[in-house]
Amino acid sequence: MAQSTREIKRRIKGIGSTRQITKAMELVSSTKVRKRRIKLEKTRPYYNTVLKSIKEVLKNVNINHPLLQEREVKKSLYITINADRGLAGGYNSNINRLIDNKFKNNKDSISLITVGTKSRDFFKGRNYNILESFVGISEEPEFSDAREIGKLAMDLYIKGEIDEINVVFTEFVSTISYKPQIIKLLPSEKIKKEEGKPSAIVDFEPSPEEVLEYLIPKYVESSIYGALIEASTSEQSARRSAMSAATDNANEIIDELNMVYNRARQSAITMELSEIVAGAEALK
Amino acid sequence: MAAIHLEIVTPDRLFFNEDIDSIIVRGIEGDLAILKGRTPIVTPLKIGKIRIFQNGTERVASVTEGYVTAIEDNITIVTDAAEWPEEIDINRAERAKKRAEERLSGKSDMDLYRAEIALKRSINRLETSKYKK
Repeated sequence: MAQSTREIKRRIKGIGSTRQITKAMELVSSTKVRKRRIKLEKTRPYYNTVLKSIKEVLKNVNINHPLLQEREVKKSLYITINADRGLAGGYNSNINRLIDNKFKNNKDSISLITVGTKSRDFFKGRNYNILESFVGISEEPEFSDAREIGKLAMDLYIKGEIDEINVVFTEFVSTISYKPQIIKLLPSEKIKKEEGKPSAIVDFEPSPEEVLEYLIPKYVESSIYGALIEASTSEQSARRSAMSAATDNANEIIDELNMVYNRARQSAITMELSEIVAGAEALK
Repeated sequence: MAAIHLEIVTPDRLFFNEDIDSIIVRGIEGDLAILKGRTPIVTPLKIGKIRIFQNGTERVASVTEGYVTAIEDNITIVTDAAEWPEEIDINRAERAKKRAEERLSGKSDMDLYRAEIALKRSINRLETSKYKK
């Protein structure tokens, strides 16, 4: 019996140190979530303003921009946004599976730009066509990262190598709810010409075409940036809840093991006692 | 003077959101002052300074590429980055300037266009930082 109490003790200690790690990671993630959320709040007005301006411009002019052309979709581009690191519950695999389930039997119809090691490795292992992977930006994305990704995607679109640009990311709904999402950037449903009168006579300097030339890439870039920020917030938040669940589980196991340990200790004492009593009896 | 509303948005924050008297921005066609009652206008901006006039005082800020829309006395400036003179990291801007100059003078096939823009940005920041009070 003495053997097994020692073993139980060792397990309790082992789980205790795991708990320490998960607890620390939980705390780290929860401060990061807070920071990310502040950033998220600040990014939303930018995106909304850009979108509003584009609609305003389109209301007033009628032009065919190469980035607004709609073609028959033969090849789609998917920009998958994922984390560099794991231990975030289903965060990474949700995104990967979303794409994999959709195109498992149709891999040739899509190309990928991956953000984060987790989706790069996943899709590489499954022989998808990866055009470019970005690593090391998903935790703290900068606007320049979004610009780079956007430029790459838009060049391909103009060249006609792809007929559609989609972004796959995890939308941050609340601290306990994240939604993997696919959003189509180009050709966009959001920037279609709306019915209705032009709001006013607007001066476009130097010309409506050039203003639009500037605005549409901005729209794509800011959408990608928004998605990157949403995803990084979701990542931290997913990690926080995964780690807090792990800490809870560790606590539960430790409680159970403590009970088992006490019971084992008790029965060892009882046995010893009865042995002594029996020995004393025998001496009489 | 009658007020117009100015909003400056960058990807990182809402930089400015107040009523002002007038503003001078650097559009790609040249400097441009916007007063109350202006015909609606949309134009991209050059890397440069913007000057905001508010209650008799003038404030200067640096902006990088962006665009301005002024519709019905609401001015919106959307830009990749905006800074007050106090916020500019002079050392960083100087380093960026040096780097860009080296790239421009070197024979490397580095993207010259990008280096040139980086140079413009850093010079603009350095100039704006002189307005620090």
